[in-house]
Amino acid sequence: MLEQFIFVGVLLVVALFFPVVLIGLAWLLRPKRPNPRKSEIYECGLQPHGENWVQFKAQYYIFALVFLVFDVEAVFLFPWALVYNWLPLYAVLEGVLFIALLAAALVYAWQKGALEWM
Amino acid sequence: MEPLSRFLAFLADAIVNIGEWIRGLLLGTGLAEPWVSLIMKAIGAVVVAFFPLMVVIFLIWAYRKVAARMQGRLGPNSSGTWAGPYGILHTFADAIKMLTKEDIRPQGIDLIPYNLAPILVVFAAIATWAVMPFGPKLIGTDLNIGIFYILAFSSAALVVFLMAGWSSNNKYATVGAFRAVAQLIGYEIPQLLAVLTVVMVTGSLRMQEIVDRQHIPLLFQLPVTAFIFFLASMAEVNARPFELLEAESELVCGYFIEYSGMKFGMFYLGEFMNSTAVAALFATLFLGGWRGPWVDQAPILGTVWFLLKMALMLLVWMTIQLTLPRLRIDQMLAFNWKFLVPLALANLCVIALVNKGIVEWFPGGVSAWTRAGILLMANVGIFLVTWGILTALERRERRHREAWQAAQVGEVEVSV
Repeated sequence: MLEQFIFVGVLLVVALFFPVVLIGLAWLLRPKRPNPRKSEIYECGLQPHGENWVQFKAQYYIFALVFLVFDVEAVFLFPWALVYNWLPLYAVLEGVLFIALLAAALVYAWQKGALEWM
Repeated sequence: MEPLSRFLAFLADAIVNIGEWIRGLLLGTGLAEPWVSLIMKAIGAVVVAFFPLMVVIFLIWAYRKVAARMQGRLGPNSSGTWAGPYGILHTFADAIKMLTKEDIRPQGIDLIPYNLAPILVVFAAIATWAVMPFGPKLIGTDLNIGIFYILAFSSAALVVFLMAGWSSNNKYATVGAFRAVAQLIGYEIPQLLAVLTVVMVTGSLRMQEIVDRQHIPLLFQLPVTAFIFFLASMAEVNARPFELLEAESELVCGYFIEYSGMKFGMFYLGEFMNSTAVAALFATLFLGGWRGPWVDQAPILGTVWFLLKMALMLLVWMTIQLTLPRLRIDQMLAFNWKFLVPLALANLCVIALVNKGIVEWFPGGVSAWTRAGILLMANVGIFLVTWGILTALERRERRHREAWQAAQVGEVEVSV
């Protein structure tokens, strides 16, 4: 078990090392001639207008709430699915009932118009 | 004949045997066992990390070639500046170009997330390969939570997109990042539910066991699940019909608009690596991974089958990407929340009940083929019901539209 996670750790180090090396190599090779015109924000050639970090309408807010329901559901259902072959019928029915409850939540959100992108 | 047959036996499981040979060499130098195993792990990790890179270098070339052919062009070729036969060195030239491009740092960016994002996107893309089974004994590490690990790392890309988009101080990038969140969290759910169905039927989260238990590839047992997984993962890697976060024509490039040089290259690389990972995952979960004829005699063939299946999935991915136009963001989200998620939920329930029903109805157990047949019939049932509902909805929609149009025409005539 620990052995396996040592491998994952080593792989993560290699995975981090790899882009760092490439970007570092580019940093050594590339020309560096900044000028204010060049480093302007690119918005299709127009002068950037106003601040970017303003209070912005997060359209995905409601989607994120619905998503949370299903993400937690997945956490509960993975153990259930894993031991599924050993479960008696009533336990499977309970799992299905749980999914049906969540589906009801989805239908409610749908009826309330939460699934419209505005 | 003796050396020849020994050589063939070596070749039959070449990669594992080379590993054993290196381990023998290291032990021969008198190193302690824990150090040897650590060095072996490091070598394995480098090989696993380089595999997606090698595939991507080839894939970018293949993508350009296929795209060109589908659009009636020649694509990369050896005319003009020499780029190898069929322009195979094109990608290397591209990499060198990116290395020598200036890194333009726009005004007013948030430096730390801006610089961290291109590193993390490749990091997350490589990390998923740790548990991908390349062959019967050829796997980075067979974690007992394998598929869960892959799902965790594939959704890490989301944070990276948000980091890149928000820190760029660019309105297009911000909008792209916002769309990325809405799209990726949405499509993660059908993907999760499809994987849940696979876990339920195979009874394991371990990648090798999932492959082992597919005597019949799951594509033929659970086609609806495969379909859901395929669409959801197309969206997860932003392939064309779902490529709303980039949308060149409306958002220029989406979240990575302000990146240039090698940092842009990292995003490009990460995207192709993710597509490769998704193709490999589909091949493993639904096409039986390394399973194929003669794998028992020569385990190296397993790797060949795996690569072929992966290449097939990549070809399908390219074809879809190059033929379909882009959807609108609201259409895409509606497609997910109002079609894929309910379908995935219904599919999960039906498969759970049918699979348990088989056990209850046939106490003596059934053969793998009977089981697969019943599951397939259940899938056909799901398909027909879905088709029926969609047709009914479409008919109602059309009636409404026609009634509305008739009313419009009437009004115009009255006013004239």
